[in-house]
Amino acid sequence: MKEFTYARAETLDDAAGQLDETARVIAGGTNLLDLMKLQVMAPEKVVDITRLPDLSEISAEGEGLRIGALVTNSQLAEDHRVRSLYPVLSRAILAGASGQIRNKATTGGNLLQRTRCPYFYDPAMACNKRDPGAGCAAKEGVGRMLAVFGVSDDCLAAHPSDMAVGLRALDAEVEVRSPDSSTRRLKLDELYRLPGDRPDLETTLAVDEIITAVVLPAPEKGAVQAYRKVRDRASYAFALVSVAGNVTLTDGKIARAKLAYGGVAPKPWTNAKVEEMLVGQAPDEALFRKAAEALTADATPHSDNAFKLPMLRRTLIAVLREATGLADASPGTDKTKDAA
Amino acid sequence: MTETFRMDKAQARLLDETGQGVIGTPMDRPDGPQKVSGRARYAADGTPEGTAHGVLVRATITKGKVAAIHADSISDLPGVIGVVSGPEFIRNPAQGMANAAPVQPGTRVDYHGQPIALVVGESFEAARDGALRLKVDFEAEAGADVDPDTASEVETGDPSAVGDWDSAFDGAAFKVDREFTTAAQVAAAMEPHAAIAEWQGDKLLLRSSLQMLRFNKNEIADSLGIPAENVQILAPFVGGGFGSKLGIGPDAVAAAQAARELGRPVRVVMPRQAVFDSILRRTETTQRVRFAADADGKLRAVGHDDRVSNLWEEGFAEPTSSCSQFLYGADALRFQQSLARNHRTPTGSVRAPGEAVGMLTFEAALDELAEQLDIDPVELRLKNLPDTHPMTGQAFSSRGLAECLRRGAEEFGWSARGKPGARREGDWFIGVGMASAGRPNMLIQASARVRLEAGGATVETDMTDIGTGTYAIFAQIAGEMLGLSADRVTVRLGDTDLPGASGSGGSFGASSSGSAVFLAARKIRAKLAEAMGCDADELTLQDGIARGGNREMAISDLVQSEIVEEAQIEAGKTAESHFSAGYGAHFVEVAVHAWTGEVRVRRMLGIMDIGRVLNEKTARSQAVGGMVWGLGAALTEEISHDPRTGHIVTRDLANYHVASHADVPAQMEVSFLDNRDDEANPMQSRGVGELGISGAGAAVFNAIHNACGVRLYDFPATPDKVIAGLEALGL
Repeated sequence: MKEFTYARAETLDDAAGQLDETARVIAGGTNLLDLMKLQVMAPEKVVDITRLPDLSEISAEGEGLRIGALVTNSQLAEDHRVRSLYPVLSRAILAGASGQIRNKATTGGNLLQRTRCPYFYDPAMACNKRDPGAGCAAKEGVGRMLAVFGVSDDCLAAHPSDMAVGLRALDAEVEVRSPDSSTRRLKLDELYRLPGDRPDLETTLAVDEIITAVVLPAPEKGAVQAYRKVRDRASYAFALVSVAGNVTLTDGKIARAKLAYGGVAPKPWTNAKVEEMLVGQAPDEALFRKAAEALTADATPHSDNAFKLPMLRRTLIAVLREATGLADASPGTDKTKDAA
Repeated sequence: MTETFRMDKAQARLLDETGQGVIGTPMDRPDGPQKVSGRARYAADGTPEGTAHGVLVRATITKGKVAAIHADSISDLPGVIGVVSGPEFIRNPAQGMANAAPVQPGTRVDYHGQPIALVVGESFEAARDGALRLKVDFEAEAGADVDPDTASEVETGDPSAVGDWDSAFDGAAFKVDREFTTAAQVAAAMEPHAAIAEWQGDKLLLRSSLQMLRFNKNEIADSLGIPAENVQILAPFVGGGFGSKLGIGPDAVAAAQAARELGRPVRVVMPRQAVFDSILRRTETTQRVRFAADADGKLRAVGHDDRVSNLWEEGFAEPTSSCSQFLYGADALRFQQSLARNHRTPTGSVRAPGEAVGMLTFEAALDELAEQLDIDPVELRLKNLPDTHPMTGQAFSSRGLAECLRRGAEEFGWSARGKPGARREGDWFIGVGMASAGRPNMLIQASARVRLEAGGATVETDMTDIGTGTYAIFAQIAGEMLGLSADRVTVRLGDTDLPGASGSGGSFGASSSGSAVFLAARKIRAKLAEAMGCDADELTLQDGIARGGNREMAISDLVQSEIVEEAQIEAGKTAESHFSAGYGAHFVEVAVHAWTGEVRVRRMLGIMDIGRVLNEKTARSQAVGGMVWGLGAALTEEISHDPRTGHIVTRDLANYHVASHADVPAQMEVSFLDNRDDEANPMQSRGVGELGISGAGAAVFNAIHNACGVRLYDFPATPDKVIAGLEALGL
């Protein structure tokens, strides 16, 4: 770990005022500290926001829910409103990391965690994300965990978050405090940038912007939600692929389908075409197969991870079968309770 | 000089006659409370005053040399003391029982990740900062082989064979001929490799996490160029070894060299990534397994060939066919090994070297033969059990494989097994599989001293407890022999100033070193019999009371002054006349998800024959631990090497997947036969630590086939491979 200065922010203004290119916000630190120990990241200053007031609450906002940026992953996953109205979010969070890590990791930090691409993690290996212009050792290297959508010639890394995939299927928004002390809101999808030729730039946030909350819209009545994560062991492993589903059936037809995919792209992935194919149709395995084929049609896998395409297709079909009643629901698939 | 007891003939079953009743019981570990409360001192605990901290620097080329180490590049960093390197540095840990320094390559680099220098600092953090920032110039040589499949240098041994293999194989009606691959693995012991070195004059005191101190002492002395008598090693607690701490490691040599140069104690703890980079791993393998049989299931030919890999100048080659050579009989058997030399990270013994990967493929291929023959896999095995060792003709010592198979089938409910794909619960296919287990049993030279005083007994040996239960077992052996409850026996381990034991390795530690404890205690019994005025076989010792020759006395009254006896044991004629091995049978039920290809193990049952059980609880823990390793080998564990540099890419415990708790079924059952191995050692016991792995992963693979019809030949069965198998079947 390189030496750095530590500052504990007392207010949001104070925190934002201390941020520049050389500084990093620290909250749970579950990812940043690992990266600093390996000198993959070496900020000159860390600004601790964990003592800031008002960022650790989950509160009603309109008919939706406002989740403070410092709400821990454990706190969020066990919240009764989340469990009953947005179960896909609980399921997604609990599918990630370990109990110890979830106790420390925060909502804002989870969204901003870095890729676990092993070449990014090893300073002896070329990485455009760590060192722009250095090249990408992963391209001709071991590529099992890399992305298959949204990649560029400069970077193939996948976003590791499960929580963000669940949020994407819920149409969550991110609240950001801007440098002028105002707040702005953006769709989760607008938070992330695709790597292009600058994989070091992962979000659309300015250096002195801080995520203050995630906002969930009003819950959909009668939706069935599911999070299905396929990985190399039963627990404590990053997704090979994951599928978050949020599906509503009306009169035997799919009225609404929100689907997001993890482990396959530099950000939580979605595909509007797939959802359009499903909406208005009666659930049917042949339809699901067609939708799944459409999903993977434009994938660009690494030579090591072409398996993610059939795996993603099959996982999507499994989720849709359970969400629409073609198969019995298994743990991970929940019917939402009606809002109180 | 203590005379050596040679195991030349079977010994009376004294432990069946003694009356204390502590041997074999599931006694708790006396060291358990220390461990769970953090009071047990492991290698890196208890830093002496004035200790400096070292962090190893790795080579970042695959082949070539270190041209320059620019110590000045970090000399301004706060807390950095300096950089140590030199001809003492070892390329990789010593192989098990090497008893001499491993390769010391000087400036030569043989693999990406090789330790080349040590940055020393006032704190671990300062040293790590320096190690990551140290500027090193390398001269890299292009064209280093890093893929065993395409390596240009392959050493192929002569086949070891009996019978006319070609005609036996060609003439048989039913055949299986399959090529398998198994992934490279690491031991992943919880405690990373660590050492604290401290010099007093020309004497070195080394605290390190090591399994075999009698050998390690010579290895570090040879590495440093000092007499072995100037070295004392302490390793009272070891946080797991699994073979990865058999030999002296780069942490210990670098710490000792740095401490010598700096004139102060130096502590080196290897970060997890460094453990992956340079500690001996298990080789990846390619194996060809062949069986030929008649329609009635009688084996005609058995063949098992492999290709494994290692660095140059390493003598170790994973003996994949070690069990294949004696489990089943046939008209002809043939085994051949190839060793590819390449510049991947070095390989060595990892728990159950040989069986851990050899039995995966051998027992999976046998399952395929059973299917082809339409014979129950348990029956097929029972039909082919040999009367003598098929390769050497040796008699077997006690061999409970048939009973393990029969009892396992009965307890598991094996007869309810259906055809592949027949059982389904929702989107999950359910299936069962089985496999045999085996592991050669060894007796390795070992010494121990036992002291008997009025208040109790003390056992002294440099044997280690790597989490296996040595403290408990030795207290039980000495207590049983001397008529004392185990809490009146103090066990001192892990100090090279004590009599040299076998060390922990090859599942031989408890039986070999325990036999030395047994023999030392037997000598004390003879002295007590003399004091009682009776023959030794008339003497009974129980709860502190000696009885014999119509007399009864408190042992405390009998012991006027301390009685000290030392014993040494080594293998003798029984090792030639008889082949001793542990046996077992695994039965497994799995669920395979029809869409996602995930495999979940629902229950595992292992029936084991390990001769006399010394401690039913620690033996069970060993067996269960082994079965979890088997599960990991079947489903999750896989090292990935970079195809260009050969370095390990999955170099932390988030990316190298040992089985998690969620992978291990709640229903994990083990039971032991009540057996004795008279030719193994004077206690009639056998090793257990590695037996549990042997075949367990194959049973998982065989269950996958029974569940969904998919047969895989590439371990581990990650979901991508299962999906490919399902799609090939049109599922």
